[in-house]
Amino acid sequence: MDDKLIIRGIEFRSRLWVGTGKYKDFEETRKAVEASGSDVVTVAVRRVNIIDRKSENLLDYIDPKKYKILPNTAGCYTVEDALRYSRLAREAGISDLIKLEVIGDKKTLFPDTWGLLKATEILAKEGFIVLPYSNDDPIMAKRLENAGAAAVMPLGAPIGSGLGIRNPYNLKIILETVNLPIIVDAGVGTASDAAIAMELGCDAVLINTGIAGAKDPIAMAEAMKHAVIAGRLAYKAGRIPKKLYATASSPIEGML
Amino acid sequence: MKFTLNGESVETTDDATITGLLRDLGIEPGRVAVEVNLSIIKKADYASFHLKDGDTVEIVNFVGGG
Repeated sequence: MDDKLIIRGIEFRSRLWVGTGKYKDFEETRKAVEASGSDVVTVAVRRVNIIDRKSENLLDYIDPKKYKILPNTAGCYTVEDALRYSRLAREAGISDLIKLEVIGDKKTLFPDTWGLLKATEILAKEGFIVLPYSNDDPIMAKRLENAGAAAVMPLGAPIGSGLGIRNPYNLKIILETVNLPIIVDAGVGTASDAAIAMELGCDAVLINTGIAGAKDPIAMAEAMKHAVIAGRLAYKAGRIPKKLYATASSPIEGML
Repeated sequence: MKFTLNGESVETTDDATITGLLRDLGIEPGRVAVEVNLSIIKKADYASFHLKDGDTVEIVNFVGGG
């Protein structure tokens, strides 16, 4: 099926992207990622544990040859930190992709939009493929496009909140006005949330907590896989309009 | 020579290069990034970059995250 998502020449086979945080262990991570059918996973950049030198590493379970690795700048609250982590991520040597996060507040984990814009501009000039985690403000999304982002990743709801797509109308405006792939990142709680995002016309959905935090993460990963496929197909199939009153599905002609 | 490594104080008698340090720690160079005094060291320079007394070294890698 030729419906690949392409960002700066990079082809993504799956429109479900998954995070690798919050799983019970690496084996569960591996199984869930596999069940999701995704070909791109996000990772965080953190100090190597010098004291506890376990021989295991996430990339022993998630093969960088099989999956595209998308490092994030999670935990960064300043432009300076986000730049530092982005540059370190690139130097760890897999690609120029970065999921840029500049966080404004600990409770909501909403982006600091001013910082995000500044960091996007700087990193884009340095040749990064910047995928900024943003809010659902169409003005902000447009500014990110103009700053050189390769896509925009608006949140559906706060990270880990499971509240789903809180502002579908704003997402529709973003889809209409921003000429970049739009990937919903954060807030997806269950399969229908993912399907809704795709039915709106979003190009992909990134899910971490919604899968890792489920009672059965492997099963939920599979559910999300189908939801994203179904939502995308429904979007491309062209839904019926919403009407206030009924239109019969069976003919009047031939009635007794 | 004393330097700070990932927030911990480390003492060594050797003349440490990044390559040597990673080898002593059992860390594969291909999967990490190294920063010395806030400057990222290119992998090509690991073998020739010598750490000095008082340096602040950070070695990072990819971990699970959203």
